[in-house]
Amino acid sequence: MRARHEGEEYFETRNQPRDGDDGEDVMSAGDRTTWIHAVREGALGAWPICLGYLAIGLAFGVIAQKAGFNPLEIGLMSLLVYAGSAQFIAVSMLSAGAGFVPVVLTAFTVNLRHLLMSSSLVVYLNRIGFGWLSLFAYGVTDESFALNLARFRVDEAWDWRRALVLNHTANLAWIACTVAGGYFGRFIPPGAFGIDYALSAMFICLLVFQLRGRLYFVVAIIGGVSAVVISLLIPGNSYIIVASVVAATAGVILKRSRLSFLRGEES
Amino acid sequence: MIDIDYFFIVLGMGIVTYVPRWIPLVALSRRQLPRWFVEWLDFIPAAILSALIVPLLVTAGEPRHLDFFRPELLVALPTFIMALKTRSLGGTVVVGMVLFWLAGKIF
Repeated sequence: MRARHEGEEYFETRNQPRDGDDGEDVMSAGDRTTWIHAVREGALGAWPICLGYLAIGLAFGVIAQKAGFNPLEIGLMSLLVYAGSAQFIAVSMLSAGAGFVPVVLTAFTVNLRHLLMSSSLVVYLNRIGFGWLSLFAYGVTDESFALNLARFRVDEAWDWRRALVLNHTANLAWIACTVAGGYFGRFIPPGAFGIDYALSAMFICLLVFQLRGRLYFVVAIIGGVSAVVISLLIPGNSYIIVASVVAATAGVILKRSRLSFLRGEES
Repeated sequence: MIDIDYFFIVLGMGIVTYVPRWIPLVALSRRQLPRWFVEWLDFIPAAILSALIVPLLVTAGEPRHLDFFRPELLVALPTFIMALKTRSLGGTVVVGMVLFWLAGKIF
């Protein structure tokens, strides 16, 4: 019985006003200490992402530098776009002579998946103002989405301020690592210390955190299998968004179909 | 120096990347969402994380093809078990990295 209503209960408790959680207050002394804690914990919480960005950011910097981009251009792209795979694709398209429309259109389709991530995060960001939301949106990536969502679920103290700081710490790390890659990434041997696997390991662990019951397990399997099948049929990364929509929809249908074996325990 | 054409391409990329990140946050916040939609959103993280990671483990090449004999997949199994048993993000990331590094030495 409890399992069937878990999502609903969760949503309602999250919607209730909590002290010190209103983003539009004028900053008071109490607010300042709240922010100090948030900055420290949010920045520290970003470490797995920063580690992963060290590998990918340096790699991006090296590739962009080899394709003829200077560190200033690399930094500008990391600042304005802030999306790993789209930046790799843009660099190869631009160095092949592609123009404004194809490059921008490709970035749009490659990054459309963030639509699902922001939708999923909104449940936890119900009490903050337009300005903070807009600032938060800029930092929504695969990595920050997955990490923030895991923290929101299990950590009572994890609030929008910490999530916002985590987003922007990761962004600073991305800018710094890509620019550094443009300067001296070519001196670092590829594959050092298995750092290339940091983000994969993080995603595997965060996926495990999401497997809170049989139904989530089934959804993950549907998502993984359909992503593989679609990725083999269609080039590009549209498989991520299609497979996620298919799997989540299947999850809702299964949940409502009252299949008894799926109503297992949820922890 | 930055070329003006380059600046506008990057700015365009930035805008089209930002908008899908921003619209759901401002459109859906402070709103009572229908229950089926909340249930649907509740499944999105498990779905999307699996859709992100699984193809990286079992496909390779351009055009993509299935490939099960890759260090990425081999290392993913102990990493997955580590995450299940310890529930520790830090431990899992470090173990995954070390195993991948060792796998790189062996393969």
